Amino acid sequence: MNTFFVWSGMALLLMMVPIFYRMQIGPTAIDRIVAVNVIGTKTAVLLIFIGTIYPGGRVEMFVDFALAYGLLNFIGSLAAARYFHRSKVEGGGIDVEGEAEES
Amino acid sequence: MGYRVFIFVLLMITWVLLSGQFDAFHLTLGLISCALVTWMSADLLFREREDPVLQRVQEGWGVAWYFGWMLWQILLANVAMLKLSLSPTALQQVNPSIVHFKTKLKSDFAKFLLANSITLTPGTVTIKISGDDFYVHAINDEAAAGLDGEMERRIASIYRCEGAARRELVNASVKGNGNGRGEG
Amino acid sequence: MIIILNIISIVLILTGLVFFFGSVVGVVRFPDFYTRMHAAGKGDTLSSLLVIMGFAVYHLGQIHWSHFVWADLLVVVKLLAICAFIMLTSPTATHALMDAGYEDGIEPLVRKKGNALEDKK
Repeated sequence: MNTFFVWSGMALLLMMVPIFYRMQIGPTAIDRIVAVNVIGTKTAVLLIFIGTIYPGGRVEMFVDFALAYGLLNFIGSLAAARYFHRSKVEGGGIDVEGEAEES
Repeated sequence: MGYRVFIFVLLMITWVLLSGQFDAFHLTLGLISCALVTWMSADLLFREREDPVLQRVQEGWGVAWYFGWMLWQILLANVAMLKLSLSPTALQQVNPSIVHFKTKLKSDFAKFLLANSITLTPGTVTIKISGDDFYVHAINDEAAAGLDGEMERRIASIYRCEGAARRELVNASVKGNGNGRGEG
Repeated sequence: MIIILNIISIVLILTGLVFFFGSVVGVVRFPDFYTRMHAAGKGDTLSSLLVIMGFAVYHLGQIHWSHFVWADLLVVVKLLAICAFIMLTSPTATHALMDAGYEDGIEPLVRKKGNALEDKK
């Protein structure tokens, strides 16, 4: 069973590589954030893989890590979405909230 | 008062679940911190505070059943997406359009559920909600056509406060026209 | 009994990996931002859900019922809690990012039908 977990964890890790490619070339900033979001969710899953094959049976610790990581990932992408909400790429900077409302 | 007790019990269940320690010290710690959080910020979690607890439990049960149905929909959505992304002619099949419709649901949580469900069903993703207006990105015409009122009807049937929306939706489905479908 | 649970967990984890593969291919191949979001949002949710459910089933099989400790069962319950959490938050994050992308001025690729958001303006 451990062998299966090791190999499927490695498959998961390998499948994250194309998403790194999207993160690298992604035409817009939001594309990159989406890629980071996907990688973050998969890292939470990978933590459970690591906890299961960890010698000494400390799964509950790693499950807590995964929960916290998922939470942080969600809050991080929400914060990034807020940050890019009012900014225009062509403008070259972040508009002040009030100015964006007026224009 | 009943509302605060309900929040306290919810927080306490979460505490016990996450701590996993059942000795007196940790339980006392949990009691103190849950009481503190309930005292300070109990009014952040729900909007309709006067609803009886029994109705809340019924709604929670309804939402749990709804999630069961959603799981099946997510599976269908992913099979469709897997087919689309692995087919060699994927770029020809992609024919996106942005569809607009008005929802009849009133409460925020029901709208949140509807938006999440639209995102997770085959070929459609919610872009924007402003008030009652939903803007949905559909990946091809088939997905846009599947955006009928079924999901809305299911959500309205969970909530008692959505009675008006439920009646309207049922009438619309009896007449056999797509309810409130906008100018796609 | 444990063998049955292990087989169920293997099937769930493998299915999750297959769906994640579809999602990865979609994220790399699809033509514009909004269609990539379809792949990222849906595939990510279901594959995480399936893999974590597979682990929940596996850890259910690992409980020693002869000398039962609550901590073992709590692992399963926590894994299911992560499932519920991902099911609620992942579409929400997708939606927030899509809204931000639209506000940021990313043009959707629309072939023939009208764009309802543009008509409004």
